Amino acid sequence: MNNPLHTRKAEWALTAPSFLWLALFFAVPAVIVLMFTFHGHDASGGVGEWSLSTWRELVDPDYPAIVWNTLRISFEITVWSIVLALPCAYAIARMKTRWRGIVAGAIMLPFWTSFVVRVFAWKTMLHPDGWLQSCYIGWLSVRAWLFGWLPGFMQDFLLWAGLATPGAVDPASSTILDSEAAVVLVSVYSFLPFAIMPIYSAAEKFDFSLLEAARDLGAKNFYAFRRIFVPGIRQGLVSAVLMVFIPAVGSYVIPQMLGGTNCILIGNKIFMRAIQNRNIPHASALATLMAVAVLVPIGLAMWWKKRQDVRGRRRLDAQTARLMVSAGGAR
Amino acid sequence: MNNDFLVFDHVTKRFGALTAVDDVSLTVGKGEFFSLLGPSGCGKTTLLRMLGGFERPDSGRIYLEGRDITDLPPDRRRVHTVFQNYALFPTMTVWDNIAFALRLAKRPKAEIEERVDAMLDMIQLSDQAWKYPNQLSGGQKQRVAIARALVDRPQVLLLDEPLAALDLKLRQHMLIELDAIHDQVGITFLYVTHDQGEAMSLSDRIAVVNKGRIEQLDGPAKIYEAPATRFVASFIGDTNFFCGKIVSIDGDYCHIQVEGFPQIRAFNDKQLKVGQRVDLSVRPEKIRVTRTPPLPEKGASINVFPSTVRDIVYQGVYTKYWLQSEALQISALKPHSRFLLDQEAITWNDEVFVWWHPDDGYMVEVQ
Repeated sequence: MNNPLHTRKAEWALTAPSFLWLALFFAVPAVIVLMFTFHGHDASGGVGEWSLSTWRELVDPDYPAIVWNTLRISFEITVWSIVLALPCAYAIARMKTRWRGIVAGAIMLPFWTSFVVRVFAWKTMLHPDGWLQSCYIGWLSVRAWLFGWLPGFMQDFLLWAGLATPGAVDPASSTILDSEAAVVLVSVYSFLPFAIMPIYSAAEKFDFSLLEAARDLGAKNFYAFRRIFVPGIRQGLVSAVLMVFIPAVGSYVIPQMLGGTNCILIGNKIFMRAIQNRNIPHASALATLMAVAVLVPIGLAMWWKKRQDVRGRRRLDAQTARLMVSAGGAR
Repeated sequence: MNNDFLVFDHVTKRFGALTAVDDVSLTVGKGEFFSLLGPSGCGKTTLLRMLGGFERPDSGRIYLEGRDITDLPPDRRRVHTVFQNYALFPTMTVWDNIAFALRLAKRPKAEIEERVDAMLDMIQLSDQAWKYPNQLSGGQKQRVAIARALVDRPQVLLLDEPLAALDLKLRQHMLIELDAIHDQVGITFLYVTHDQGEAMSLSDRIAVVNKGRIEQLDGPAKIYEAPATRFVASFIGDTNFFCGKIVSIDGDYCHIQVEGFPQIRAFNDKQLKVGQRVDLSVRPEKIRVTRTPPLPEKGASINVFPSTVRDIVYQGVYTKYWLQSEALQISALKPHSRFLLDQEAITWNDEVFVWWHPDDGYMVEVQ
């Protein structure tokens, strides 16, 4: 069995099923979707002749705003999820082994009920007579009050970016149901386990004696958490961000059921085009656009990270060289 | 030497039913190299952690330079620890690891650079400054951990079994280096170990800890040659115990009767009375094993007992003999040297003589 040829064969045999699965149900459909975008559509909902009409139709003044909103809301959802997941994962990782399993199980427990049922339950909780409605009005008031204090150019910027709404809060017309806040709230609720789990599994491997070492050298608890724990679980953080951000960008059930007309994301648009307008090529083009919108920032981030590493290595070499010179060892 | 530099005042710490530290009082002088020596689970690490601020004593106080530090959190004590597993920050370079404490203290940039570079110089790792801990060898990690803890000149440096993870050769090398570092920085070192060799070779004074209590606090030679209790005698090095009763006094010497054994002559430095129960400890390396008895003029005042060789274990530096003498088993060490070579090598089941000078036995009273 030490023959490298044997192991190569074994590798192929072992990876072939998953490879085949991915090729058949991911790569091929993705290519088909991409091909659809270069077709027109016919009245009966079928795919028409080769044409660039679909891409031409895509120049809809609505779309840039929807793409921006989708990215912005997904970003908000990701930030909230990470902020909540970090202390949670930290706490679980510090528990006794027996409790860890129980708590981690409790976090996964909601997955035993249907996702749609849970979103419906939220619909009840977000009813205009509920207490969450009062919280929402309070939150809006605080936001409006803070907004009033900002200098004019920042107010303009926030309005332009869609991060604030002008005018006073009207409790009668501001309902948490059918609002962006509802979408963010319920999305964070749904995606939180996906953020906790990767961070937790990284935190579980984290050597907590490092925090003690930091404390010993004079660090306060929070400083040790920020400078030692967070960098120490970087890998978990990165996967948590991806695990939340990507489904958030593609989500359409939550905005559909809880966002009403005030929060339409690209997922809803794709749904509308595909199911209501029966325009498959158009829906495909939107899906492609969305994939590009997700992949480009991730690609950029990876490129930037790589560049940082190269720079770091250069700086390292420069430092070593300087040290060698200063040690009189410039051979 | 200011002997009130670091004071443990009747400190007790319990974990549930276990009393890890039981009413310990001790003082350490400024600049001293002080060791806590004991078997694992004896409470020595708990003592260290209380000084570091990671555990709070149930009762008693800890003073550092006259200041009560018992309730201060770890970050408010100028006491740093070298952890057994080094606990270097894996996401930081060697340089950043060492600079950690200075950056926290918000020292000026120029000062940080100067002091970190000086530390790197001291531990001879200047050329490794931009490596990450996982790129270093065990000994290098160890040195970085020491530099990181010393860089902002703490009042006390705590070392928790710092050499336990290193191999023998490296350990011996680091011992010399630790000693040199201590001489160089002049900071008080509190060293926790279960390895008597380490404690012996480094310490000014050693506290032998057992079951949460200090059994003996003395210099290394005193602890080895004059153990205060049976535990100390057996924990520090190897020894033969003869448990018996003093039956007669002969000037500075006395005779001890052990069951199933002839009377043993021993130096009575504590002026014990007849009838006192004692444990006599005789170190194996002080016992000689020969085919022929010692010369008669010597024989009068020393202990000589005929024995049978039961087992021989070659240990490199020494050969260890297990001998049956009357009802007792005695172990003896014999170095290898031409001068000491017998006419005929001693082997299994040989009839031999074991003998030692009465001054080489040390008595511990039994209550």
